[in-house]
Amino acid sequence: MENEFTYAAHCAHLNEHKLLGNRDKATGEVFLPARPINPETHSSDMEWVELSGEGVLQAYTIVYIATTAMIEAGYDRKNPYCVGIVKTAEGPMISAFISGVDALHPESIKIGTPMRAHFIDRGEGEARKSFLAFEPVA
Amino acid sequence: MAEQHKLARGVALVGAGMSKFGAFKGKSSRDLFVEAFNEMLASVDQPFDPNQIEALFVGNYSSDLFEGQGHLAPILASWTGLNPLPAVRVEDACASAGAAVYQGILAVASGMYDVVVVGGVEKMTDLPTEKVTDTLATAADTQFEIPAGFTFPGFYAAMATSYMHAYGATPETLMKVGIKNHNNGSLNEKAQFGAKISTLMEARKASAAKKGLPIPDWKDELEFLHDDKANPVIAWPLRLYDCSPVSDGAAVVLLVSEDLAKKFSDCPIYIAGMGQASDGALHDRKELNSIPSARLAGQKAYQMAGVGPEDIDFAEVHDCFTIAELLATEDLGFFERGTAWKAAEKRRDQPRWQQTHQLIGRAQIERAPCRCFRCRSGRRSLETVARPGRRTPDQTSPQIWSYPQRGGHRANLCGTHFREERLTWKTNSPMLPIALT
Repeated sequence: MENEFTYAAHCAHLNEHKLLGNRDKATGEVFLPARPINPETHSSDMEWVELSGEGVLQAYTIVYIATTAMIEAGYDRKNPYCVGIVKTAEGPMISAFISGVDALHPESIKIGTPMRAHFIDRGEGEARKSFLAFEPVA
Repeated sequence: MAEQHKLARGVALVGAGMSKFGAFKGKSSRDLFVEAFNEMLASVDQPFDPNQIEALFVGNYSSDLFEGQGHLAPILASWTGLNPLPAVRVEDACASAGAAVYQGILAVASGMYDVVVVGGVEKMTDLPTEKVTDTLATAADTQFEIPAGFTFPGFYAAMATSYMHAYGATPETLMKVGIKNHNNGSLNEKAQFGAKISTLMEARKASAAKKGLPIPDWKDELEFLHDDKANPVIAWPLRLYDCSPVSDGAAVVLLVSEDLAKKFSDCPIYIAGMGQASDGALHDRKELNSIPSARLAGQKAYQMAGVGPEDIDFAEVHDCFTIAELLATEDLGFFERGTAWKAAEKRRDQPRWQQTHQLIGRAQIERAPCRCFRCRSGRRSLETVARPGRRTPDQTSPQIWSYPQRGGHRANLCGTHFREERLTWKTNSPMLPIALT
Protein backbone atom coordinates (compact mmCIF):
# COMPACT_ATOMS: atom_id res chain seq x y z
CA MET A 1 0.00 0.00 0.00
CA GLU A 2 1.54 3.26 -1.07
CA ASN A 3 2.35 5.76 1.64
CA GLU A 4 1.53 9.33 0.68
CA PHE A 5 2.66 10.85 3.99
CA THR A 6 6.26 11.25 2.99
CA TYR A 7 9.03 13.71 3.76
CA ALA A 8 8.94 14.80 0.13
CA ALA A 9 5.27 15.68 0.50
CA HIS A 10 6.02 17.59 3.71
CA CYS A 11 8.73 19.60 1.96
CA ALA A 12 6.48 20.29 -1.01
CA HIS A 13 3.85 21.72 1.33
CA LEU A 14 6.44 23.87 3.09
CA ASN A 15 7.66 25.16 -0.25
CA GLU A 16 4.07 26.27 -0.89
CA HIS A 17 4.18 27.97 2.52
CA LYS A 18 1.58 25.62 3.93
CA LEU A 19 1.75 23.70 7.17
CA LEU A 20 0.11 20.34 6.72
CA GLY A 21 -0.07 17.42 9.04
CA ASN A 22 -2.43 14.51 8.97
CA ARG A 23 -5.36 13.25 10.98
CA ASP A 24 -6.42 9.78 12.00
CA LYS A 25 -9.88 9.44 10.47
CA ALA A 26 -11.08 7.25 13.32
CA THR A 27 -9.76 9.06 16.35
CA GLY A 28 -9.36 12.58 14.97
CA GLU A 29 -5.86 12.84 16.40
CA VAL A 30 -3.63 15.20 14.44
CA PHE A 31 0.02 14.49 13.70
CA LEU A 32 2.75 16.92 12.68
CA PRO A 33 4.75 15.96 10.78
CA ALA A 34 2.24 13.69 9.08
CA ARG A 35 2.71 10.10 10.17
CA PRO A 36 2.04 7.00 8.10
CA ILE A 37 0.91 5.03 11.16
CA ASN A 38 -0.85 6.13 14.35
CA PRO A 39 1.54 4.93 17.07
CA GLU A 40 -1.33 4.36 19.51
CA THR A 41 -3.82 2.53 17.33
CA HIS A 42 -1.49 1.40 14.52
CA SER A 43 -4.08 2.59 12.04
CA SER A 44 -2.88 3.93 8.71
CA ASP A 45 -6.24 5.36 7.72
CA MET A 46 -5.15 8.99 7.67
CA GLU A 47 -6.00 12.19 5.81
CA TRP A 48 -4.09 15.42 5.24
CA VAL A 49 -5.08 18.40 7.33
CA GLU A 50 -3.85 22.01 7.20
CA LEU A 51 -2.90 23.43 10.56
CA SER A 52 -3.77 26.91 11.75
CA GLY A 53 -0.16 27.82 12.44
CA GLU A 54 -0.96 28.89 15.99
CA GLY A 55 0.98 27.49 18.89
CA VAL A 56 2.79 28.03 22.17
CA LEU A 57 6.54 27.90 22.80
CA GLN A 58 7.47 24.87 24.94
CA ALA A 59 11.28 24.79 24.93
CA TYR A 60 14.11 26.57 23.17
CA THR A 61 17.83 27.09 22.94
CA ILE A 62 20.19 29.60 21.44
CA VAL A 63 22.65 27.81 19.20
CA TYR A 64 26.19 29.20 19.06
CA ILE A 65 27.95 26.15 17.61
CA ALA A 66 25.93 25.40 14.52
CA THR A 67 25.75 22.74 11.84
CA THR A 68 27.28 23.38 8.44
CA ALA A 69 23.85 24.08 6.96
CA MET A 70 23.10 26.76 9.53
CA ILE A 71 26.56 28.28 9.13
CA GLU A 72 25.86 28.51 5.41
CA ALA A 73 22.55 30.20 6.28
CA GLY A 74 24.55 32.91 8.05
CA TYR A 75 24.66 31.83 11.67
CA ASP A 76 27.69 31.34 13.91
CA ARG A 77 29.07 32.20 17.32
CA LYS A 78 28.74 35.90 16.61
CA ASN A 79 25.27 35.53 15.17
CA PRO A 80 23.51 32.84 17.20
CA TYR A 81 19.93 31.85 16.55
CA CYS A 82 16.97 30.45 18.43
CA VAL A 83 15.43 27.06 17.74
CA GLY A 84 12.66 25.55 19.79
CA ILE A 85 9.66 23.32 20.13
CA VAL A 86 6.16 24.69 19.67
CA LYS A 87 2.93 23.00 20.69
CA THR A 88 0.42 23.66 17.96
CA ALA A 89 -3.19 24.57 18.62
CA GLU A 90 -4.17 21.25 17.05
CA GLY A 91 -2.10 19.30 19.58
CA PRO A 92 1.19 18.01 18.20
CA MET A 93 4.52 19.61 19.01
CA ILE A 94 7.04 20.44 16.32
CA SER A 95 10.67 21.59 16.10
CA ALA A 96 11.07 24.95 14.41
CA PHE A 97 13.30 27.93 13.91
CA ILE A 98 12.20 30.69 16.28
CA SER A 99 12.38 34.21 14.87
CA GLY A 100 11.41 37.57 16.28
CA VAL A 101 13.15 36.98 19.61
CA ASP A 102 16.33 38.44 21.08
CA ALA A 103 18.83 35.60 20.75
CA LEU A 104 21.50 37.61 22.55
CA HIS A 105 19.28 37.82 25.64
CA PRO A 106 17.96 34.27 25.97
CA GLU A 107 16.38 34.87 29.35
CA SER A 108 14.07 37.39 27.68
CA ILE A 109 12.50 34.52 25.74
CA LYS A 110 9.62 32.99 27.65
CA ILE A 111 8.23 29.50 27.48
CA GLY A 112 4.46 29.81 27.16
CA THR A 113 4.65 32.63 24.63
CA PRO A 114 1.91 32.40 21.95
CA MET A 115 3.51 31.87 18.55
CA ARG A 116 2.48 31.98 14.91
CA ALA A 117 3.99 29.97 12.07
CA HIS A 118 5.68 31.50 9.08
CA PHE A 119 8.09 30.25 6.45
CA ILE A 120 11.71 31.11 5.77
CA ASP A 121 13.04 30.69 2.24
CA ARG A 122 16.70 29.85 1.75
CA GLY A 123 18.36 29.48 -1.63
CA GLU A 124 17.36 30.84 -5.02
CA GLY A 125 15.42 29.46 -7.96
CA GLU A 126 15.46 25.69 -8.18
CA ALA A 127 17.49 25.52 -5.00
CA ARG A 128 14.94 27.48 -2.99
CA LYS A 129 13.77 25.58 0.05
CA SER A 130 11.29 26.70 2.68
CA PHE A 131 11.68 26.05 6.39
CA LEU A 132 9.10 26.17 9.12
CA ALA A 133 9.53 28.95 11.65
CA PHE A 134 7.49 30.47 14.45
CA GLU A 135 7.49 33.98 15.83
CA PRO A 136 5.78 35.51 18.83
CA VAL A 137 2.29 36.78 18.19
CA ALA A 138 2.61 40.56 18.18
CA MET B 1 4.75 -1.24 34.12
CA ALA B 2 6.84 -3.18 31.73
CA GLU B 3 6.34 -6.86 31.32
CA GLN B 4 8.74 -8.78 33.49
CA HIS B 5 11.67 -10.35 31.71
CA LYS B 6 14.42 -12.62 32.89
CA LEU B 7 17.59 -14.03 31.40
CA ALA B 8 17.55 -17.67 30.37
CA ARG B 9 20.78 -18.13 32.30
CA GLY B 10 23.05 -15.94 34.36
CA VAL B 11 25.76 -13.78 32.85
CA ALA B 12 28.84 -12.37 34.54
CA LEU B 13 31.33 -9.70 33.73
CA VAL B 14 34.83 -10.99 34.44
CA GLY B 15 37.19 -8.58 32.75
CA ALA B 16 37.34 -4.93 31.73
CA GLY B 17 39.77 -2.57 30.09
CA MET B 18 39.73 1.02 28.96
CA SER B 19 41.98 3.27 26.95
CA LYS B 20 42.78 6.79 27.97
CA PHE B 21 40.31 9.39 26.76
CA GLY B 22 41.34 12.52 24.93
CA ALA B 23 42.32 13.86 21.53
CA PHE B 24 44.91 11.49 20.17
CA LYS B 25 46.31 12.52 16.84
CA GLY B 26 47.55 9.48 14.99
CA LYS B 27 45.42 6.95 16.86
CA SER B 28 42.43 5.42 15.08
CA SER B 29 39.52 3.42 16.42
CA ARG B 30 41.38 0.18 16.06
CA ASP B 31 44.40 1.49 17.95
CA LEU B 32 42.24 2.63 20.84
CA PHE B 33 40.24 -0.57 20.80
CA VAL B 34 43.40 -2.68 20.97
CA GLU B 35 44.56 -0.73 24.02
CA ALA B 36 41.30 -1.42 25.82
CA PHE B 37 41.24 -5.04 24.66
CA ASN B 38 44.73 -5.72 25.97
CA GLU B 39 43.88 -4.13 29.29
CA MET B 40 40.78 -6.30 29.46
CA LEU B 41 42.86 -9.43 28.90
CA ALA B 42 45.26 -8.39 31.65
CA SER B 43 42.39 -7.74 34.04
CA VAL B 44 41.16 -11.33 34.04
CA ASP B 45 42.25 -13.06 37.24
CA GLN B 46 42.74 -16.60 35.98
CA PRO B 47 44.83 -17.78 33.03
CA PHE B 48 42.70 -17.05 30.04
CA ASP B 49 43.13 -18.13 26.43
CA PRO B 50 41.68 -15.58 24.00
CA ASN B 51 40.74 -18.55 21.81
CA GLN B 52 37.90 -19.12 24.25
CA ILE B 53 36.20 -15.97 22.95
CA GLU B 54 33.27 -16.81 20.68
CA ALA B 55 31.87 -13.50 19.45
CA LEU B 56 32.50 -9.75 19.43
CA PHE B 57 29.94 -6.99 19.85
CA VAL B 58 31.14 -3.44 19.18
CA GLY B 59 29.28 -0.33 20.15
CA ASN B 60 30.15 2.55 17.87
CA TYR B 61 28.16 5.54 16.83
CA SER B 62 29.66 6.77 13.62
CA SER B 63 33.05 5.53 12.51
CA ASP B 64 31.68 5.95 8.98
CA LEU B 65 31.45 9.72 9.30
CA PHE B 66 34.13 10.35 11.91
CA GLU B 67 36.81 8.28 10.20
CA GLY B 68 35.42 7.12 6.89
CA GLN B 69 35.48 3.55 8.18
CA GLY B 70 32.34 1.48 7.87
CA HIS B 71 32.07 -2.24 8.65
CA LEU B 72 33.99 -1.58 11.82
CA ALA B 73 33.40 -4.76 13.82
CA PRO B 74 35.25 -7.15 11.50
CA ILE B 75 38.12 -4.68 11.31
CA LEU B 76 38.38 -4.62 15.09
CA ALA B 77 38.02 -8.39 15.25
CA SER B 78 40.91 -8.65 12.83
CA TRP B 79 43.08 -6.24 14.78
CA THR B 80 42.45 -8.04 18.06
CA GLY B 81 43.07 -11.46 16.53
CA LEU B 82 39.46 -12.57 16.82
CA ASN B 83 38.64 -13.23 13.18
CA PRO B 84 36.83 -15.24 11.91
CA LEU B 85 34.50 -15.01 14.90
CA PRO B 86 31.10 -13.40 14.44
CA ALA B 87 31.60 -9.66 14.88
CA VAL B 88 28.83 -7.10 14.75
CA ARG B 89 28.62 -3.38 15.29
CA VAL B 90 25.75 -1.98 17.37
CA GLU B 91 24.75 1.62 16.75
CA ASP B 92 22.40 3.49 19.04
CA ALA B 93 23.95 6.94 19.21
CA CYS B 94 25.30 7.69 22.69
CA ALA B 95 23.84 4.40 23.88
CA SER B 96 25.78 2.36 21.34
CA ALA B 97 28.13 0.58 23.70
CA GLY B 98 25.43 0.04 26.27
CA ALA B 99 23.30 -1.46 23.56
CA ALA B 100 26.23 -3.67 22.62
CA VAL B 101 26.53 -4.87 26.23
CA TYR B 102 22.83 -5.58 26.17
CA GLN B 103 23.25 -7.70 23.04
CA GLY B 104 26.29 -9.44 24.48
CA ILE B 105 24.37 -10.38 27.60
CA LEU B 106 21.50 -11.71 25.52
CA ALA B 107 23.91 -13.76 23.41
CA VAL B 108 25.42 -15.46 26.45
CA ALA B 109 22.09 -15.83 28.24
CA SER B 110 20.65 -17.54 25.18
CA GLY B 111 23.17 -20.34 25.52
CA MET B 112 24.59 -19.69 22.07
CA TYR B 113 27.92 -18.48 23.45
CA ASP B 114 29.74 -18.91 26.75
CA VAL B 115 32.36 -16.20 26.29
CA VAL B 116 31.93 -12.94 24.40
CA VAL B 117 33.77 -9.65 24.18
CA VAL B 118 31.85 -6.40 24.12
CA GLY B 119 33.54 -3.13 23.37
CA GLY B 120 32.80 0.47 22.66
CA VAL B 121 34.95 2.86 20.72
CA GLU B 122 34.79 6.25 19.11
CA LYS B 123 37.36 8.34 17.30
CA MET B 124 35.89 11.81 17.05
CA THR B 125 38.72 14.30 16.92
CA ASP B 126 39.88 14.03 13.33
CA LEU B 127 37.07 16.26 12.11
CA PRO B 128 36.73 20.04 12.50
CA THR B 129 34.12 21.24 14.99
CA GLU B 130 31.39 21.93 12.45
CA LYS B 131 31.77 18.46 10.96
CA VAL B 132 31.63 16.90 14.42
CA THR B 133 28.48 18.94 15.02
CA ASP B 134 27.04 17.66 11.74
CA THR B 135 27.92 14.07 12.61
CA LEU B 136 26.43 14.20 16.08
CA ALA B 137 23.34 15.80 14.59
CA THR B 138 22.72 12.69 12.52
CA ALA B 139 21.64 11.04 15.77
CA ALA B 140 18.64 13.35 15.65
CA ASP B 141 15.79 13.31 13.15
CA THR B 142 17.53 14.78 10.14
CA GLN B 143 14.27 15.43 8.32
CA PHE B 144 12.33 17.28 10.97
CA GLU B 145 14.69 18.41 13.73
CA ILE B 146 18.01 19.33 12.17
CA PRO B 147 16.52 21.48 9.37
CA ALA B 148 14.83 23.53 12.10
CA GLY B 149 18.29 24.35 13.43
CA PHE B 150 18.72 21.91 16.27
CA THR B 151 22.10 20.50 17.20
CA PHE B 152 22.77 17.69 19.62
CA PRO B 153 23.73 20.01 22.48
CA GLY B 154 20.71 22.04 21.40
CA PHE B 155 18.33 19.23 22.27
CA TYR B 156 19.59 18.93 25.79
CA ALA B 157 19.64 22.70 26.06
CA ALA B 158 15.98 22.81 25.05
CA MET B 159 15.19 20.16 27.64
CA ALA B 160 17.06 22.32 30.13
CA THR B 161 14.88 25.35 29.37
CA SER B 162 11.80 23.22 29.82
CA TYR B 163 13.14 21.87 33.11
CA MET B 164 14.16 25.30 34.39
CA HIS B 165 10.79 26.76 33.45
CA ALA B 166 8.88 23.94 35.12
CA TYR B 167 10.85 23.60 38.33
CA GLY B 168 12.90 26.73 38.96
CA ALA B 169 16.42 25.52 38.28
CA THR B 170 18.85 28.02 36.76
CA PRO B 171 21.91 27.86 34.50
CA GLU B 172 23.92 28.13 37.71
CA THR B 173 22.38 24.89 38.93
CA LEU B 174 23.82 23.21 35.86
CA MET B 175 27.19 24.75 36.56
CA LYS B 176 27.18 23.16 40.00
CA VAL B 177 26.59 19.76 38.42
CA GLY B 178 29.56 20.43 36.17
CA ILE B 179 31.78 21.41 39.08
CA LYS B 180 30.98 18.14 40.82
CA ASN B 181 31.53 16.07 37.73
CA HIS B 182 34.81 17.71 36.87
CA ASN B 183 35.88 17.03 40.45
CA ASN B 184 35.10 13.38 39.86
CA GLY B 185 36.91 13.41 36.56
CA SER B 186 39.99 14.75 38.30
CA LEU B 187 40.16 11.46 40.21
CA ASN B 188 40.34 9.45 37.02
CA GLU B 189 43.74 9.20 35.44
CA LYS B 190 42.13 8.29 32.13
CA ALA B 191 39.87 11.32 32.00
CA GLN B 192 40.18 13.78 29.14
CA PHE B 193 40.07 16.95 31.20
CA GLY B 194 41.04 15.24 34.41
CA ALA B 195 40.96 18.49 36.34
CA LYS B 196 38.68 20.32 38.72
CA ILE B 197 37.12 23.54 37.51
CA SER B 198 39.17 25.35 40.11
CA THR B 199 42.31 23.81 38.65
CA LEU B 200 41.33 24.83 35.14
CA MET B 201 40.64 28.32 36.42
CA GLU B 202 44.04 28.64 38.05
CA ALA B 203 45.70 27.29 34.92
CA ARG B 204 44.03 30.02 32.88
CA LYS B 205 45.30 32.63 35.29
CA ALA B 206 48.80 31.21 35.16
CA SER B 207 48.69 31.14 31.38
CA ALA B 208 47.65 34.78 31.26
CA ALA B 209 50.44 35.74 33.65
CA LYS B 210 52.99 33.85 31.61
CA LYS B 211 51.90 35.65 28.46
CA GLY B 212 51.97 39.00 30.18
CA LEU B 213 48.23 39.42 29.74
CA PRO B 214 45.84 40.84 32.32
CA ILE B 215 45.15 38.14 34.91
CA PRO B 216 41.42 37.38 35.14
CA ASP B 217 39.94 38.13 38.53
CA TRP B 218 37.42 35.33 39.00
CA LYS B 219 36.56 35.16 42.66
CA ASP B 220 35.31 31.58 42.48
CA GLU B 221 34.40 28.74 40.14
CA LEU B 222 30.95 30.07 39.41
CA GLU B 223 32.29 33.42 38.32
CA PHE B 224 34.72 31.61 36.07
CA LEU B 225 31.89 29.54 34.61
CA HIS B 226 29.83 32.68 33.95
CA ASP B 227 32.66 34.20 31.91
CA ASP B 228 31.72 34.05 28.23
CA LYS B 229 35.34 33.89 27.17
CA ALA B 230 36.47 31.26 29.65
CA ASN B 231 33.31 29.20 29.34
CA PRO B 232 31.63 30.05 26.04
CA VAL B 233 28.02 29.23 25.30
CA ILE B 234 27.55 26.18 23.09
CA ALA B 235 23.75 26.06 23.10
CA TRP B 236 22.24 28.27 25.77
CA PRO B 237 21.95 27.53 28.66
CA LEU B 238 24.71 24.97 28.10
CA ARG B 239 28.27 26.21 28.05
CA LEU B 240 31.55 24.50 27.33
CA TYR B 241 31.95 22.96 30.78
CA ASP B 242 28.37 21.74 30.75
CA CYS B 243 29.23 19.55 27.80
CA SER B 244 31.26 16.40 27.48
CA PRO B 245 34.14 17.00 25.12
CA VAL B 246 34.74 15.64 21.67
CA SER B 247 36.93 12.69 22.42
CA ASP B 248 38.72 9.53 21.38
CA GLY B 249 38.60 6.41 23.51
CA ALA B 250 37.56 2.82 23.91
CA ALA B 251 36.49 0.31 26.53
CA VAL B 252 36.12 -3.45 26.45
CA VAL B 253 34.49 -6.01 28.76
CA LEU B 254 34.48 -9.78 28.88
CA LEU B 255 31.16 -11.50 29.51
CA VAL B 256 30.81 -15.19 30.37
CA SER B 257 28.08 -17.52 31.46
CA GLU B 258 27.46 -17.59 35.19
CA ASP B 259 28.70 -21.14 35.60
CA LEU B 260 32.08 -20.22 34.16
CA ALA B 261 32.50 -16.97 36.00
CA LYS B 262 34.69 -18.26 38.81
CA LYS B 263 37.02 -19.88 36.32
CA PHE B 264 37.85 -16.42 35.06
CA SER B 265 37.49 -14.10 37.97
CA ASP B 266 37.90 -14.14 41.72
CA CYS B 267 35.04 -11.69 42.02
CA PRO B 268 32.76 -11.68 39.01
CA ILE B 269 30.11 -9.07 38.50
CA TYR B 270 26.79 -10.74 37.80
CA ILE B 271 24.11 -9.11 35.72
CA ALA B 272 21.06 -8.73 37.91
CA GLY B 273 18.84 -6.83 35.54
CA MET B 274 18.77 -4.72 32.44
CA GLY B 275 16.30 -2.71 30.47
CA GLN B 276 16.08 -0.93 27.18
CA ALA B 277 13.61 1.47 25.65
CA SER B 278 13.50 3.97 22.80
CA ASP B 279 12.37 7.52 22.13
CA GLY B 280 11.96 9.29 18.82
CA ALA B 281 12.20 12.97 18.03
CA LEU B 282 12.12 15.28 21.02
CA HIS B 283 8.99 17.02 19.73
CA ASP B 284 7.20 13.67 19.57
CA ARG B 285 7.51 13.07 23.31
CA LYS B 286 4.70 13.81 25.70
CA GLU B 287 7.01 15.85 27.88
CA LEU B 288 10.25 17.71 27.40
CA ASN B 289 11.81 17.72 30.85
CA SER B 290 12.04 13.98 31.35
CA ILE B 291 13.22 11.14 29.13
CA PRO B 292 10.43 8.57 28.95
CA SER B 293 12.69 5.82 27.58
CA ALA B 294 15.05 6.29 30.52
CA ARG B 295 12.22 5.87 32.99
CA LEU B 296 11.00 2.75 31.26
CA ALA B 297 14.45 1.23 30.88
CA GLY B 298 15.11 1.82 34.56
CA GLN B 299 11.82 0.23 35.54
CA LYS B 300 12.64 -2.83 33.50
CA ALA B 301 16.08 -3.15 35.04
CA TYR B 302 14.79 -2.72 38.58
CA GLN B 303 12.04 -5.20 37.99
CA MET B 304 14.36 -7.83 36.60
CA ALA B 305 16.77 -7.36 39.49
CA GLY B 306 14.05 -7.24 42.11
CA VAL B 307 15.34 -3.96 43.49
CA GLY B 308 14.23 -0.36 43.43
CA PRO B 309 15.95 2.99 43.35
CA GLU B 310 16.02 2.99 47.14
CA ASP B 311 18.37 -0.01 47.01
CA ILE B 312 20.96 1.71 44.86
CA ASP B 313 24.02 3.10 46.58
CA PHE B 314 26.00 4.13 43.61
CA ALA B 315 24.98 5.30 40.18
CA GLU B 316 26.82 6.30 37.10
CA VAL B 317 24.33 8.07 34.91
CA HIS B 318 24.66 9.54 31.47
CA ASP B 319 25.91 13.08 31.70
CA CYS B 320 26.68 14.01 28.13
CA PHE B 321 25.44 17.39 29.32
CA THR B 322 24.85 18.59 32.85
CA ILE B 323 21.08 18.66 32.40
CA ALA B 324 21.18 15.00 31.36
CA GLU B 325 22.33 14.04 34.83
CA LEU B 326 19.44 15.83 36.50
CA LEU B 327 16.95 14.19 34.16
CA ALA B 328 18.50 10.74 34.55
CA THR B 329 18.54 10.83 38.32
CA GLU B 330 14.86 11.69 38.31
CA ASP B 331 13.93 9.25 35.59
CA LEU B 332 15.73 6.47 37.46
CA GLY B 333 13.82 7.26 40.60
CA PHE B 334 16.57 8.66 42.82
CA PHE B 335 14.69 11.92 43.08
CA GLU B 336 11.10 12.95 42.64
CA ARG B 337 10.34 14.74 39.41
CA GLY B 338 11.51 18.31 39.56
CA THR B 339 13.68 17.93 42.66
CA ALA B 340 17.08 16.71 41.47
CA TRP B 341 18.19 20.27 40.87
CA LYS B 342 17.64 21.11 44.53
CA ALA B 343 19.93 18.29 45.50
CA ALA B 344 22.44 19.49 42.94
CA GLU B 345 22.42 22.86 44.63
CA LYS B 346 23.33 21.27 47.95
CA ARG B 347 25.30 18.17 47.23
CA ARG B 348 28.55 19.48 45.96
CA ASP B 349 30.50 17.95 48.77
CA GLN B 350 28.43 15.00 49.89
CA PRO B 351 26.55 13.54 47.00
CA ARG B 352 24.42 10.52 47.59
CA TRP B 353 25.08 8.84 44.35
CA GLN B 354 28.01 10.50 42.78
CA GLN B 355 29.58 9.12 39.76
CA THR B 356 32.99 7.80 39.08
CA HIS B 357 34.15 8.83 35.72
CA GLN B 358 31.61 11.11 34.33
CA LEU B 359 31.57 11.86 30.70
CA ILE B 360 31.80 15.54 31.36
CA GLY B 361 34.91 15.17 33.39
CA ARG B 362 36.23 12.41 31.26
CA ALA B 363 34.86 12.46 27.79
CA GLN B 364 31.82 11.87 25.74
CA ILE B 365 32.65 8.51 24.42
CA GLU B 366 29.28 7.52 23.42
CA ARG B 367 30.12 4.01 23.37
CA ALA B 368 32.53 3.05 26.06
CA PRO B 369 30.48 0.57 27.97
CA CYS B 370 32.39 0.20 31.11
CA ARG B 371 34.50 2.28 33.23
CA CYS B 372 35.62 0.77 36.43
CA PHE B 373 33.64 -2.35 36.99
CA ARG B 374 36.25 -4.01 38.98
CA CYS B 375 37.08 -0.85 40.65
CA ARG B 376 40.65 -1.68 40.97
CA SER B 377 41.32 1.36 38.92
CA GLY B 378 38.25 3.14 40.16
CA ARG B 379 38.27 2.37 43.83
CA ARG B 380 39.67 5.68 44.77
CA SER B 381 36.92 7.58 43.13
CA LEU B 382 34.31 5.18 44.34
CA GLU B 383 35.38 5.71 47.87
CA THR B 384 34.96 9.38 47.48
CA VAL B 385 31.35 8.93 46.67
CA ALA B 386 30.34 6.54 49.38
CA ARG B 387 27.58 7.94 51.45
CA PRO B 388 28.48 8.53 55.06
CA GLY B 389 27.03 5.78 57.15
CA ARG B 390 26.21 3.67 54.18
CA ARG B 391 27.83 0.57 52.85
CA THR B 392 31.06 1.26 51.17
CA PRO B 393 31.97 0.02 47.76
CA ASP B 394 34.09 -2.62 49.44
CA GLN B 395 30.95 -4.27 50.56
CA THR B 396 28.39 -4.54 47.92
CA SER B 397 27.46 -1.44 46.22
CA PRO B 398 24.60 -1.49 43.80
CA GLN B 399 25.47 0.59 40.88
CA ILE B 400 23.74 2.08 37.98
CA TRP B 401 25.37 3.08 34.80
CA SER B 402 23.14 5.12 32.66
CA TYR B 403 23.44 6.03 29.05
CA PRO B 404 20.14 7.54 28.14
CA GLN B 405 19.93 8.35 24.57
CA ARG B 406 17.38 10.18 22.67
CA GLY B 407 17.31 7.43 20.12
CA GLY B 408 17.25 4.64 22.61
CA HIS B 409 17.80 4.20 26.24
CA ARG B 410 19.00 1.02 27.78
CA ALA B 411 19.36 0.05 31.31
CA ASN B 412 21.49 -2.80 32.41
CA LEU B 413 21.19 -3.56 36.02
CA CYS B 414 24.10 -5.58 37.07
CA GLY B 415 25.74 -5.99 40.25
CA THR B 416 29.05 -5.39 41.57
CA HIS B 417 30.41 -7.01 44.52
CA PHE B 418 33.80 -6.74 45.77
CA ARG B 419 33.33 -9.23 48.55
CA GLU B 420 30.90 -11.76 47.41
CA GLU B 421 30.31 -13.31 50.78
CA ARG B 422 28.69 -10.16 51.97
CA LEU B 423 26.11 -10.06 49.30
CA THR B 424 22.63 -10.30 50.50
CA TRP B 425 20.59 -9.35 47.52
CA LYS B 426 17.21 -10.81 47.20
CA THR B 427 17.75 -11.69 43.62
CA ASN B 428 19.03 -15.05 42.48
CA SER B 429 22.11 -13.36 41.33
CA PRO B 430 24.19 -12.15 44.19
CA MET B 431 25.13 -9.05 42.62
CA LEU B 432 23.69 -6.03 41.77
CA PRO B 433 23.16 -3.12 40.01
CA ILE B 434 23.30 -1.33 37.26
CA ALA B 435 23.46 0.14 34.17
CA LEU B 436 21.52 2.03 32.02
CA THR B 437 22.75 2.59 28.78
